[in-house]
Amino acid sequence: MTDTRIEPTGAAAGAVAPEASERRFSWRITGRWVGITGLLAFLVAPIVPLFIWSISFRWFYPAILPTEYSARAWTEVITPHNDVLGVAWNTALIALVVTVLSILLGVPAGRALGLYEFRGKRLVEWMILAPIIVPGLAVVLGIHVLFIRAGLSNSIPGVILVHLVPTLPYMTLVMSGVFANYDTDFELQARSLGASRWATQLHITLPAIFPGVVVGALFAFIISWSQYVLTLLIGGGQVQTLPLLLFGFVRSDPAIAGALSVVFILPAVIVLLLSSRYLSGDNAAVGGIGNI
Amino acid sequence: MTQVTLSALTKQFDEKSPPAVDRLDLEIESGKLTALLGPSGCGKTTTMKMIAGLLRPTSGDIGFNGESILSIPPEDRGAVMVFQNYLLFPYMTIAENIGFGLKMRKVDRKEIRTRVTDMLDLVQLPGFEDRKPRQLSGGQQQRIALARALIVQPNVLLLDEPLSNLDAHLRDEMRELIRRIQTEMEITTVFVTHDQEEAVVLADRIALLFDGQLQQFDVPDAFFESPESIEIAKFFGGTNFIPGHYEGGEITTAIGRFRAPRSAVEGGDAVLSIRPEAVTLGAAEGNSVMGRIRSHVYVGRYARFRITLGEIEVEAITDPAQVKLFNDGDEVPVTFDPAKIWVIRPASSEQ
Repeated sequence: MTDTRIEPTGAAAGAVAPEASERRFSWRITGRWVGITGLLAFLVAPIVPLFIWSISFRWFYPAILPTEYSARAWTEVITPHNDVLGVAWNTALIALVVTVLSILLGVPAGRALGLYEFRGKRLVEWMILAPIIVPGLAVVLGIHVLFIRAGLSNSIPGVILVHLVPTLPYMTLVMSGVFANYDTDFELQARSLGASRWATQLHITLPAIFPGVVVGALFAFIISWSQYVLTLLIGGGQVQTLPLLLFGFVRSDPAIAGALSVVFILPAVIVLLLSSRYLSGDNAAVGGIGNI
Repeated sequence: MTQVTLSALTKQFDEKSPPAVDRLDLEIESGKLTALLGPSGCGKTTTMKMIAGLLRPTSGDIGFNGESILSIPPEDRGAVMVFQNYLLFPYMTIAENIGFGLKMRKVDRKEIRTRVTDMLDLVQLPGFEDRKPRQLSGGQQQRIALARALIVQPNVLLLDEPLSNLDAHLRDEMRELIRRIQTEMEITTVFVTHDQEEAVVLADRIALLFDGQLQQFDVPDAFFESPESIEIAKFFGGTNFIPGHYEGGEITTAIGRFRAPRSAVEGGDAVLSIRPEAVTLGAAEGNSVMGRIRSHVYVGRYARFRITLGEIEVEAITDPAQVKLFNDGDEVPVTFDPAKIWVIRPASSEQ
């Protein structure tokens, strides 16, 4: 191969076709900088005062930094008798199950909405949007009564189910956007070439919608992870999650609340950083779909 | 070698509209190149998708070598379709694209690699293994799509408008490539086109479809020499039509009576059809009438005259030298070669 094209990630890119690749190269750098600055400003910066709070012992106006420091709050967080790590694990587990369920239900629903025309489609779209528009508190009071009868209240399965109310709309909406730009002829082509139904889903559909699934899953995970009202009402105090724990400390002990906040925010930031390549850049769920 | 038989094949997408494909009977010869020709929306691609198993027929049957294959899923039919817009999988390399069918058949990786290389040689794109589809031109993508289909050695190769997205010179190249590969590999090939010239040049047989119905299934020259209806003759274009009454091998028209031994009708109201190439000017030896030259065009390889015969105007394509013999406004004898006259049924609306 003589005119090998090198993706402009390597330094050698400039040597092959200087102008064109340099331009693309600098665009990437600029995009990356904007992304990183944004992440730092909106996500990492707010953690800083929380962290300082968590290690402060004395911090009164007008001191910019605490006058005395202490590890008390972090000791409290780590000591087993508060079971912070257990609760964090619980929260993560709930969020993971909610995410998986959102994918399993939201992807087919999004496909139906994105690809097919059917009677009552507008109505279905509104119904799916409704939980985002209608205040959660109003909905959950009704659901609560239902769940008590069904024996689902005060239980983890109940909490998982109620978390699906806000997560599923996001998942479905993201996926319907993805499928609206998706050409099902690719699937027919694969079938015609000898791929079974399953192989087609695996080799053709999944790679095409993957960025969308990641973005939807991210929404689902973070919404579930930070859910307060729904967990409180349906869990009835029996199901403990980090937001509930955190709320308890906000008034009584700001230092512990600060430490808990750091624990609370970190997973979201980590997940976001890991999947940021799907939110920006060449593989972005929004822009990338157009290339398929 | 696979013979494809369509029997009363029908596809109706919804009950309110007429069927997209209407009771289609077709015998597609083994190892030959057959064109499904027709204007857009006539059901060509629908027919093709049904053969490939990508659409379920409403009724009727499809047989490969005499056995119904309706219950066989597309992946096991061995009828591979190449779509009009190529549909190369964007996140796979060219090698992965071509090898896809073999991978699905669980062929081992080493063999896939050799056969992919062979295929790239066949479609004259050697060394393209590691490129991505978006780095290729339309013509190259088309050839990769063809290679991807051929590598699985299909029983039936289905090409949807294989030449329509290419510009003129690529089209000739692609046409030759398809013809060469098809003859070499002797694959039963069906291709869809709306372009009659493309069908005539490429196909062994043409099935002409209007509104989901088969009009004529024949060798290409038959569509010029003996079209079964005036609509077919009109679709192939350029023909002169003169209405009249047919009886006993002669057709009587407003401009005279002509001997016409070749006819699609027994008798009664009919239309004399004659191609401009079969209209001669000058020498009068029967089957001729006097006409007046209205205009002419010198094209170089030939000359085209427009002649008025009473109320009727006909077109003649002649030897270019004839422009020197006649002037516009001249009275000339116009002769219709009886062997080239073809008498057909009038259009249903004119009956």
